[in-house]
Amino acid sequence: MSAVQTPTPTPAPGAGPRASRAAGSGSARGLTSRLRLDRRYLPVLGTLVVLVLMLAIGGSRYENFLTDRNIANLFINNAHLIVLAVGMTFVILTGGIDLSVGSVVALSGITTASLLAAGWPVTVVVPLAVLIGSVLGLVVGIMVHVFEIQPFIATLAAMFLARGLCYVISLESIAITDESFVDLATWNVKIGDARVNAAVVIALAVVAIAFYLLHYTQFGRTVYAIGGGEQSAMLMGLPVARTKVLVYVVSGTCAGIGGLLFAMYSRSGYSLTGVGMELDAIAAVVIGGTILTGGTGFVLGSVLGVLVLGLIQTIITFEGTLSSWWTKIVIGVLLLVFVILQRVLVVRRR
Amino acid sequence: MTTTSFAWQRVAQHRLFWPLVALVALLVANTINRPSFLAVTVRDGHLSGSLVNLLKNGAPLLLVALGMTLVIATRGIDLSVGAVVAISGAVALSFIASSPNPDSLSTVLVAVGIALALSFVLGVWNGFLVSVLGIQPIIATLVLMTAGRGVAMLITSGQITTVNSAPFKTIGSGFWAGLPVAVVLAAIVFVAVALLTRRTALGMLIESVGINPEASRLAGVRSRSIIWTVYAVSALFAGLAGLMISSGTMAADANNAGLFIELDAILAVVIGGTSLAGGKFSLSGTLVGVLVIQTLTLTVTMLGISPSVTPLFKAIVVILVCLAQSPKVRDVVAARRRRAARTPAEAAEVAA
Repeated sequence: MSAVQTPTPTPAPGAGPRASRAAGSGSARGLTSRLRLDRRYLPVLGTLVVLVLMLAIGGSRYENFLTDRNIANLFINNAHLIVLAVGMTFVILTGGIDLSVGSVVALSGITTASLLAAGWPVTVVVPLAVLIGSVLGLVVGIMVHVFEIQPFIATLAAMFLARGLCYVISLESIAITDESFVDLATWNVKIGDARVNAAVVIALAVVAIAFYLLHYTQFGRTVYAIGGGEQSAMLMGLPVARTKVLVYVVSGTCAGIGGLLFAMYSRSGYSLTGVGMELDAIAAVVIGGTILTGGTGFVLGSVLGVLVLGLIQTIITFEGTLSSWWTKIVIGVLLLVFVILQRVLVVRRR
Repeated sequence: MTTTSFAWQRVAQHRLFWPLVALVALLVANTINRPSFLAVTVRDGHLSGSLVNLLKNGAPLLLVALGMTLVIATRGIDLSVGAVVAISGAVALSFIASSPNPDSLSTVLVAVGIALALSFVLGVWNGFLVSVLGIQPIIATLVLMTAGRGVAMLITSGQITTVNSAPFKTIGSGFWAGLPVAVVLAAIVFVAVALLTRRTALGMLIESVGINPEASRLAGVRSRSIIWTVYAVSALFAGLAGLMISSGTMAADANNAGLFIELDAILAVVIGGTSLAGGKFSLSGTLVGVLVIQTLTLTVTMLGISPSVTPLFKAIVVILVCLAQSPKVRDVVAARRRRAARTPAEAAEVAA
């Protein structure tokens, strides 16, 4: 790292040469680690800058863009994607990938809708829908860890499995009319000018829990360690096996919750929900600064990534004359920019 | 132990044993369900029958899977092929639709040329991201996968472009010497790739790049240009597949053309025994994989199950094949076999 000039240690009065050398190297190390920390935050800062720029551009071009309501809508429309991206962050941090989340969203949603239509109580259906995601995640985790099938293929199989099960349950869209579920979906709280619904509260709670898990527990530290180097993590005596299975359970659970949130949003369950949603989630995580080889990244970055994707959609809606396919092109270009940015950072660090 | 059982064991240990068993089982199930399944008749001077249709519908997937095999052999993956399929069809049909004379052969040839050239350029772009910028293949091709469908829609301005052009229709639905043109094209490509990789050193170089890129670079293999080439070739094949698919329906559907074909292709490659970790690849394995997937899809339809449920069966096949190939299961099976082999040997010793 050429930018770090080790400051010549100025011996403190009364301190021996030995003590001064120790202090000097200590402060140098402190400076290095602070700079390194900055570098780790750089991709996330980049995302933040893009987000602020987009808000500024939107605000200057359209009236009613920077209103509380519009911002709240951004969260309401993307609550499910936030939860998915959070789960995906765990998996990607270990160097894996989860392609099954989109299908699990559909499976969880259509299970909720069909069970509610069959007259099951909400208190049973909701945990069950989430549990479906967890169980599928567990199956994937076992395939990945015990049978050493690559995450890409294992989650691809889970994706097909979940999608096929959706079609077995129902080919038609099932409307949700259950009163208590509709009550839950329409519950909202007024903050300033805006209304925030239950889905947003749940999504933010998931973010908070994930943040705590990643940064303040042994599980979280192990996740980062596996991404940094699985072999070293194992030699350090960390519970690699358990953690590798658990990240898929976390991601599956998040997908189950995401399915519930989407069912609350659309008031229906449909087997074609969430086609390609896993790619949105992966794109959000990457734009949010998590590096796909694992080891570096933040849950909050992924949330910012989701907001950037959501804002692209909002701006294109506000523009009015732009066709919807520009969303895909812009997301692709943005993805490219961030990936190249990450690449430059990784190369520089070496 | 007799020699026949020994030979049998060697057959059972062959890489393609289980995929072939799956294929034969599917074919048998179809024949039992409808005895006329295997019949191939000559109608209007060309072959027809379920098997011919099976091959015709499988031709685009085979093309995409061939390109994917080469990419996977270099430790990469190409998620963008579905988008390239859509773009290629969109470009060709838009060009034909806007030309004054859609039925002329020269118009169609130019359209095909433009579509293939554009697909090749897209592949070069993927290869540039992977080999020069060093971005992971999954994410580098994800960029085009996301943006590509948008580009295809941009080309068709969000409409489903349809045309009437007899020469273009030939690619997907025509017959040549009694055989479907699509099958002939796919067979030519398959043989060409097989000759190029197995009769020259190219195949070995691709495998060496996949096994250890750094070591092969130090050994003097130009890994960068090899990686670049496989992505370009993969997109070129996807472009050809896109022409077949759009010619089969005579419509360019930017949203649905080639949807999930990348996943089917990856499945076919994995079923065929090529590891996603790169290195050794098997083109005949990929062919078997494509046939398994295509027959599976057909079987589900023929058994009267809703075709939407196909993913479920695909998932089951993939999980079974992957489990059978997983090192853990192989170890367990091998250990059991060793124990079984030792017992008769010990018995012989005691007898002596």
